[in-house]
Amino acid sequence: MDEIDRAILNRLQIGFPICASPFLKVAEQLGVDENDLLLRLQRMQADGVLSRFGPMYHAEQMGGALTLAALKVPEERFDEVTRIVNSFPEVAHNYARSHALNMWFVLASDQAERLAEVIAAIESATGLRVYDMPKNREYYVGLNFAV
Amino acid sequence: MIEDAKDFALIAAVQAGLPVAARPYALIAEKIGLTEGQVLERLQRLRQCGLIKRWGVVVQHRALGYRANAMIVMDIPDSQVDQVGRLISRYDCVNLCYQRPRYPGVWPYNLYCMIHGKSRDAVWVQWQHLQDECQLQAYPFEMLFSARCFKQRGAQYARLNQGATNGANPQIPTSNPVAAYG
Repeated sequence: MDEIDRAILNRLQIGFPICASPFLKVAEQLGVDENDLLLRLQRMQADGVLSRFGPMYHAEQMGGALTLAALKVPEERFDEVTRIVNSFPEVAHNYARSHALNMWFVLASDQAERLAEVIAAIESATGLRVYDMPKNREYYVGLNFAV
Repeated sequence: MIEDAKDFALIAAVQAGLPVAARPYALIAEKIGLTEGQVLERLQRLRQCGLIKRWGVVVQHRALGYRANAMIVMDIPDSQVDQVGRLISRYDCVNLCYQRPRYPGVWPYNLYCMIHGKSRDAVWVQWQHLQDECQLQAYPFEMLFSARCFKQRGAQYARLNQGATNGANPQIPTSNPVAAYG
């Protein structure tokens, strides 16, 4: 990754134009050739540095919902519980974290009522209480990784 | 808001990302039977109304060297939590900031933020800076680093996937099956 790649990633994390030739517009802003930009982006996608150009949707506006949930998993049952939790397609992320509440996962569905069903199903399959921590408020932040 | 089946087909078509090509919106338009201009108009409307929260490149932060990922949770008096949440979300090092419910006796924390860094030390330095700047020293907090990541694939919206693969959702016109871009 060189300085031009870094400038491209930093610029595109701020936002991507919605116009007929968006890559041309970005290329002009950065002072690079459009074809060079496209080739660099294809290479960075192949290398796994960037995953996609696209949307983050507002789940609630689609009639859906998101929540964060946590479990206290006994160490010896960690692998088994991980398999159960990950088997639900509604589980978007799942991380082990260093705390008594040691498993944290995000549930997302475009059907809001589905989240309670999944939580109940995880509780019944694991015998563990799910601590549901839906957001009460979200404070605006830009999701940026300076490179 | 979603106005019609064409909106829904468009939302499904761009879920997996735009093709990296000179006229990406024209390629999407062709897939779902709209013109390029109609796709641009609809996407702008969906972004303005907030259904699309963010429209940009999604980077793999681990591949960029951001390997230390901390969820910092704080116990802030309810009367001040909004003010503190708004304040810390202005800092560049903070990637997400939410207020969530407490579980008395188990979990006293009501404000969450994420700080990603290239090392745990770097995250600590940023957090200490944030504590100083925002005068957070008096509030109980914990920093939960992620130890292992078991799953990270982003939200999958079932109705969109259905629309993207077989057009089975009644809202999706079956004459315009939507292909997902891998």
